[in-house]
Amino acid sequence: MRFTDGVRWIVTALGTGRSRSILTVVGIAIGIAAVALLTAIGEGVRSYVMTEFSQFGTRIIGVSPGKNVTGGIGGILSSVRPLTVDDADALRRIPAVETVIPVVQGVGELEFEGRHRNVKVMGVNADMPAAWNFRVAQGRFLPEVQAGAASSPYVVLGHTAHQELFGDRSALGRKVRLGGRAFRVIGVIEPKGDMLGFDLDDIAYIPADLALQLFNRESLMEIDLTFAAGADMVKLQADIRRRLIDRHGREDFTVTTQDQMLNSLDSILSVLTLAVALLGSISLLVGSVGIVTTLTTSVQERRGEIGLLHALGAPRQQILILFLGESVALSLCGGGIGILILLACKGVALVFYPAFPLTPQPLYIALALLLSVGIGLLAGATPAYRASILNPVDALRSE
Amino acid sequence: MVLASGLRPDSESRPDSESRSAPVVRLSQLNRYFQLGDQTVKALDGVDLVIETGDYLSVMGPSGSGKSTLLNVLGLLDRPTSGDYFLNGRLTTGLSESELAHHRQIAIGFVFQSYHLIPRLSARGNMELPLVLAGWSPAQRRQRVDEMLDRLQLSARADHLPRQLSGGQRQRVAIGRAVMLKPSILLADEPTGNLDTHSGAEVVRILEELNQEGITLVVVTHDQALGARAARQLRMVDGRIVMDQRVDSGAT
Repeated sequence: MRFTDGVRWIVTALGTGRSRSILTVVGIAIGIAAVALLTAIGEGVRSYVMTEFSQFGTRIIGVSPGKNVTGGIGGILSSVRPLTVDDADALRRIPAVETVIPVVQGVGELEFEGRHRNVKVMGVNADMPAAWNFRVAQGRFLPEVQAGAASSPYVVLGHTAHQELFGDRSALGRKVRLGGRAFRVIGVIEPKGDMLGFDLDDIAYIPADLALQLFNRESLMEIDLTFAAGADMVKLQADIRRRLIDRHGREDFTVTTQDQMLNSLDSILSVLTLAVALLGSISLLVGSVGIVTTLTTSVQERRGEIGLLHALGAPRQQILILFLGESVALSLCGGGIGILILLACKGVALVFYPAFPLTPQPLYIALALLLSVGIGLLAGATPAYRASILNPVDALRSE
Repeated sequence: MVLASGLRPDSESRPDSESRSAPVVRLSQLNRYFQLGDQTVKALDGVDLVIETGDYLSVMGPSGSGKSTLLNVLGLLDRPTSGDYFLNGRLTTGLSESELAHHRQIAIGFVFQSYHLIPRLSARGNMELPLVLAGWSPAQRRQRVDEMLDRLQLSARADHLPRQLSGGQRQRVAIGRAVMLKPSILLADEPTGNLDTHSGAEVVRILEELNQEGITLVVVTHDQALGARAARQLRMVDGRIVMDQRVDSGAT
């Protein structure tokens, strides 16, 4: 039998039981759409989160106090030497390191002319805008300070913090109070937006050593390093370790690269995507049961026709392929419509909520079609095999 | 998708009929038993039969005498329990399922009482089905089917679905389908059973015409008048051939 004749045979056969075929196709379409939609959302969320996290740049290494090799809090409770601004200055001397930012975080009350606002306070240094891809909108960022010297009480405001306290007035040169101490505003940062619900603009940036005093802390929360593109990561991490061990006497700190962080985040989100895809595949399973039912009924009803095919000398595998073809045609149709549903959802999302993380990728669409072919073959296998081994004498008598 | 089963229009010379001397059918001590509960039914009980090329046989007998089983075995749809069946000189017992299918395709044509037309295909579509299954190209099919439609006076009805055709027309379509690949033997099971006298006569005329052109014809029937037309008349009772007589010239 020629391929085109086979296709025509299958199409006319399916066209005969039209409403049944359509219902079966709808079942598969819903299943494929569910799987594809959930996978696309999962994939969208994943890439959204990854973009959010990599907006600070990807060539970042974090050093935090405490060593969590053994896990638990015992390591932290035992005498851990604090990470200091001096440690940060020491790390700056490693070749390949471009910037080093000591980080202290906290919350403080910002006050200007009787207006109060609780803002996040970040203790950092002059390297921060370059390292984290922040841009200064007005004035300048915190100035460079000689190693060991005390910083001047300057503050740089985030966009929101500035808006809330000063409105449209210029804040440059104004004195504000932060945690009861006087700071002079020397700059305002460009709006950066949210990251996972964390307002990156409602922040006041002050020098790290002053932040330590303000929050009465001994240790920095983290030291962030950025390094030159193409640097040898392994050597760099080893250098950082060696330098800090020299200063601390032992490894009482943890070095985390942005890559490691992103990788673990990535794998978590991939598992999540897989999980929702599995949920969606339940409806796909229901759809494929529909194919089995439809085809089984069809084989039962068309016994006479199958008997005739046997009598006309059609080999068993030809009959098998024709019925498998019907099954695959149903599921492939369903797959195609399912993808159209997915694209329609994408269109609706684009119109009403452009930021909605829904990214149907060609690879997934191809996979969905492949999946529907597989389902067709699997679901059609039993009924098609039954048709192919039907006893022609019985089959011909049945009409 | 490879569906072709090998038969092409250019292989019309049938390898199975190379030995012209061999009879179309030779059955030797053929048995076909069915198990019904604890009882063995001998549908065919030691049947010996030789059918020569061009023979016109009728098989008559009461219900359950084994007529239909004989037809199914001759048509390779059913396998004998024991005994030998030579089709065109070749032993068929022991052939694989796909070899049997191949022989059905090239050597055997069926005509059924209930036509067994495919309801969603037109008269043309039904008639060309054997050619489609054999992988003929649309152009080759068209020529052959056009000839056959013309011959069976169905040209005007070529695009009608079976339900738009009369019984006689349907059976003519079925006959056209059966002889499309020029089989060596045509097996007809009550071909006029569902037809009025006039349509039945027309169908019989066509079958006999085909027989005169050399196709071996076996008709199974209850109809005495139809059975009496055959040049060779068999009577079966309880799975055995109890009468096998040749009539010098066709009746009427």
